[in-house]
Amino acid sequence: MYEFDYRRPGSLADALEALKSAPDGSALAGGQTLLPTLKQRLASPSDLIDLAGISELQGIAIDGDTVVIGAMTRHADVAASPDVQGRIPALAALAGDIGDRQVRNRGTIGGSVANNDPAADYPAACLGLGATIVTSAREVAADDFFTGLFETALDDGELVTAVRFPTPGKAAYMKFKNPASRYAIVGVFVAQAADGARVAVTGAGAGGVFRVADMERALTAEFAASALEGIAVPPDDLNSDIHASAEYRAHLVGVMARRAVAACG
Amino acid sequence: MPVTVSMTVNGKAVSGEVEPRTLLVQFLRDHLRLTGTHVGCDTSQCGACVVHIDGISVKSCTTLAVQAEGAAVTTIEGLAQGDRLHPMQEAFRENHGLQCGFCTPGMVMSAIDLVQGRPEITEDEIRKGIDGNLCRCTGYHNIVKSIKAGAAAMKG
Repeated sequence: MYEFDYRRPGSLADALEALKSAPDGSALAGGQTLLPTLKQRLASPSDLIDLAGISELQGIAIDGDTVVIGAMTRHADVAASPDVQGRIPALAALAGDIGDRQVRNRGTIGGSVANNDPAADYPAACLGLGATIVTSAREVAADDFFTGLFETALDDGELVTAVRFPTPGKAAYMKFKNPASRYAIVGVFVAQAADGARVAVTGAGAGGVFRVADMERALTAEFAASALEGIAVPPDDLNSDIHASAEYRAHLVGVMARRAVAACG
Repeated sequence: MPVTVSMTVNGKAVSGEVEPRTLLVQFLRDHLRLTGTHVGCDTSQCGACVVHIDGISVKSCTTLAVQAEGAAVTTIEGLAQGDRLHPMQEAFRENHGLQCGFCTPGMVMSAIDLVQGRPEITEDEIRKGIDGNLCRCTGYHNIVKSIKAGAAAMKG
């Protein structure tokens, strides 16, 4: 790692101020992606602003039909939350299958969403459930938040503070994992909501997480795995690497989507 | 710029001067000379570096020492009481849950966190629960057996 200064503010206001005053500051959430990135010297922030001491970013609350998860809430806490298990079991299950137990004990939803790794799980849940990303400055629909590989709508110095998930009718997430890294080679989140079905795909897109309009139309008409038969995702905009070709990923999108719908019961 | 970090390690208050980029595992091994915590992959995959922070298992190679400021850290050295091994350590010995021993400290620390309050944990749950710990010798069979026995023993 290159050298950096470290600060641990006690409030969101102090964190925003610290980010603003640092020459090239970076927010530190759980550090499960950022620290490996720093160890590989792929980034060299002047300051790390640790958000761990900010209590207003922690915790899970029910607000009407919405589950609100604070940005610094750890994956393990989302997975174990009776509120999340009760309202959106697919989200609790997704959180409980990120990385491994130790990663889930430190990694946070805000960190994952802000990082927007193209193979991360949470972006698929946000897009699949039609979540709203709450930041220090505004609220952004998930549809407008994830803008590309490791790219989001966040401006410099803007922090994710919470994610608001509407409660779906039914939802499920199916992931085909890389057996070594456990990242999704393809992950598909499907949800049935009052205004129609949503299908979000992670791990596969060359531009990061994306929705599949053809599948959503078919599932809105009939929410059944059989409704997806014959609907293919073109491999043109999918990743191809040593783990899987674009064609194989396209195939897996169909398989995972059908399995996810079947898992909704 | 070096900073002072203070925490409780294995029940003892400790502090030291570190650079902010110092990893928790470096602080434990190099500053405190607690070399039971190992560095295997250094990329948060293998779990040889697992310690507890406030009772929860974490990878100390992917945690900064400064992030543990004020916390209670437990390492493999903090488990035994004098000559009496922790029930999970004893279970690993009884069931031949190790061969070369390199992964064992992390494996034991992960196992204790995993089975806490779950004396009846199943083999499947154990196998899934230790997927952040790699062993390159034994093939996991006796490790799983050890953890099951350790879970039952920890109940008492």
